[in-house]
Amino acid sequence: MHIPDGLISAPINIATAVVSAGVGAAAVARARRTLGEKNVPILGVSAAFVFAAQMLNFPVAAGTSGHFLGALLVALLLGPLNGFLVMAVVLVIQSLLFADGGLTALGTNIFNMGIVGGLGGYGLFRLLTLVLPRRRGVFVASAAVSAWFSVVLAASVCAVELALSGTSPLKLALPAMAGVHVLIGIGEGIISAVVVSLMLGVRPDLVLAWKPQQVRA
Amino acid sequence: MKKYLFPFLLAAIGVCLLLAAFLAPFASSSPDGLERVAEDQGFLGRAEGRQVWKSAPVPDYEMPGVGGSGIATALAGVAGTLIVFGLALGLGRLLVRGRSRPGRPAAEDAGESIPR
Repeated sequence: MHIPDGLISAPINIATAVVSAGVGAAAVARARRTLGEKNVPILGVSAAFVFAAQMLNFPVAAGTSGHFLGALLVALLLGPLNGFLVMAVVLVIQSLLFADGGLTALGTNIFNMGIVGGLGGYGLFRLLTLVLPRRRGVFVASAAVSAWFSVVLAASVCAVELALSGTSPLKLALPAMAGVHVLIGIGEGIISAVVVSLMLGVRPDLVLAWKPQQVRA
Repeated sequence: MKKYLFPFLLAAIGVCLLLAAFLAPFASSSPDGLERVAEDQGFLGRAEGRQVWKSAPVPDYEMPGVGGSGIATALAGVAGTLIVFGLALGLGRLLVRGRSRPGRPAAEDAGESIPR
């Protein structure tokens, strides 16, 4: 879903860059106040995992592949704003060093994947935890559903941006982008569920969003 | 129950490097969702020749100057994984160090700190 240069109009790239910078500033401000010494290495490992896992394109349909996004996963591990910082670091490096995602579209890509995907997916996750029991299985299932949703939502917003840019009409772009990412999102859901499940098994204390019913003594 | 962070971190970064080195070369090379849609709807061409930043040292995740494309991909993956790890770590360090008092009020820290 990394948009190259030339597909998104300048006003949209500028608007999304401004919003992304604003959220980035808020994330930095919050991290300065609350980021714990021990969160720092997790920040690094999360970025490493997102980068590596994003390289692993899996086939979803004839001649089409998809890859892990990770925005929802890192939001669960580190909190939504710290997760946003991780996604922003990865997207900047992908664009500058690996020519994945255009430089002019960097703000749009950070907006779509970091904000829409990350914060949007996290929003759904929080809604689910409000109404569902706080159990491990439910937590993992909610993570899977929210991860799927984060990808579909980000892809849909991407379609809207393509339409607003005059690149592709919405009635074509939206069903196509949402449709293929409904499939790619299944991979996102599975990978997120597996990682969250492993983390809860090994180091539940490193999953920030995990708040079990009873506090451990 | 005391658990140490360091062995976990070492294992986790090890897994990331293994993914990049040994799985990335076998990743599907088919176009991704957006590329597929762009191709189908005929707007992929709009991006052609429009690339603004042309100095990316490792374009398309293939380390230049390495013969076999599998090895080039593995090297690109390992390099990228280490770079983002280092950058995110550095950013985190910077943010934590920028704070004036090491002893923060417990309430502010609640739910955020990760116990060792």
